[in-house]
Amino acid sequence: MSAAALAQVPVVAPDDHHARLRGVTRIFGPRNGTGVHALGPVDLDLRRGEFFSVVGPSGCGKSTLLDVLAGLSFPTAGTAEFEGKPITGVPAGVGVVFQEDASFPWLSVEDNVAFGLRRSGVDGAEIARRVDYALGFMGLKAFAKAYPAQLSGGMRQRVCIARTLVMQPRLILLDEPFGALDQQTRLLMGDELLRLWRETSATVLLITHALDEAAMLSDRVGVMSARPGLFIDVLDTGWPRDRDSRIVSHPRFGELTAHLWEKLRAESLKHLRGS
Amino acid sequence: MMRHILGPVLVILCGLLAWEVLHLLVANSSLPSPLATFVEMGVLLRDPDFWKQAAQTAQAFAVAVVLSTVGGIALGVLLGMKRLAGQVAEPILVNLYSLPKVTLYPVVLLIFGLGISARIAFGIMHGLIPLTLFTMNAILQLKPVYRRSAAVMGLTSWQTALRVVLPAILPQVITGARLGVSLCLLGVLIGEMFAARNGLGYMVTHAMERGDMPTVLAVALIIAAVALAANGLLLALDRSRQP
Repeated sequence: MSAAALAQVPVVAPDDHHARLRGVTRIFGPRNGTGVHALGPVDLDLRRGEFFSVVGPSGCGKSTLLDVLAGLSFPTAGTAEFEGKPITGVPAGVGVVFQEDASFPWLSVEDNVAFGLRRSGVDGAEIARRVDYALGFMGLKAFAKAYPAQLSGGMRQRVCIARTLVMQPRLILLDEPFGALDQQTRLLMGDELLRLWRETSATVLLITHALDEAAMLSDRVGVMSARPGLFIDVLDTGWPRDRDSRIVSHPRFGELTAHLWEKLRAESLKHLRGS
Repeated sequence: MMRHILGPVLVILCGLLAWEVLHLLVANSSLPSPLATFVEMGVLLRDPDFWKQAAQTAQAFAVAVVLSTVGGIALGVLLGMKRLAGQVAEPILVNLYSLPKVTLYPVVLLIFGLGISARIAFGIMHGLIPLTLFTMNAILQLKPVYRRSAAVMGLTSWQTALRVVLPAILPQVITGARLGVSLCLLGVLIGEMFAARNGLGYMVTHAMERGDMPTVLAVALIIAAVALAANGLLLALDRSRQP
């Protein structure tokens, strides 16, 4: 250990932190105590290449947490880092998929997917190559010339994922991306997400309210309390990297989901009763 | 293709038929037959004086359309960006718009005089507010996720305005423009009918005073054709951007 330090070789710790939150707190409105304390203080270390899900009752600040990592919102207190650098704006290398349909209706599918790349100074041939790959990966090849209005909700969400994928993000943040989809589509989209995660070796942070989704997809699941959101438990799922939606028949899937619900039940009740 | 044309042709035929029936029902002199009107239209279209009047109207109309479109969009964007300003302005604009503007025309005349500028101002009074309201609402209703997506894809605020906000609000702006253009024409024509010595509106009033009903109807028909063409053009523009 000391030898490595002397040799000035960067030491990659077994838990190589990709993104780190320390004491992150977010208060909306005035800070004199009358504002809404939405989140924190929260500590979180995202390990490079892991699939981390966050579950919690509605309004617990899950989305605020994602906004802080995406550089769309700044913590009232605490620090946020991505790849060792403080987050001061939208960091390069971070991609976000939102819950709402964010595909642009005035652009065709391929133009939607190429949209971000065309503003980033990547040359035309490379854009064409990456767009082609992303369309193929998300099963959108046949719809390249179609417009979002002609596609189903699930297909439009694929367009948004492809649009993020072409930017080659090292950290992918997903804010309830399948919340608006039906159960079967959600399971299949979960498989796509796992495939994408394996292929790109990106770190994934998934915000979800679906416990089964979190139990099936993640390496680790963070359980948040009712507002102000705090992590009350972090669960290791122990799934192999090479997994898909068929693990729902594994007994551990049921145990994990049950464990998450046990942790969340009291918190969800708090939210329901408005306390 | 045949199907596309069949509908409008049928509507026009029914209209002509109803017109003819109405013509036979009422006294001959107050409602000329379609045939008499079309004959008069032919005469008018070959009359250089008609084209002089039409040029006057066209000039006032064009200036009113350009000014109310540019002004309406600019005002709408401004009010849409400043939420508070928009909330204050909306009821004022809606109420202002529901006023019968023709009663204010004497005031407009006193301010702008009897020339073309009064008619342009009156056209703008009609066309500006709908465009402002449509543009403002389009911006207020813009899905927040569009701006957030633009931000996470690293767009600057200029790129966001040009590449995201503008195309997103365009359909509603075009709808507003369709309304604004036809209302501009209305304003200009009313202006000409009440206090002017030239323009198509004046021609209509003058013919009415002479009891020359074929001319009244012929001019009305020509104006209607122009208004429909302008509307059709904007509609085609709107459709051309979508599959």
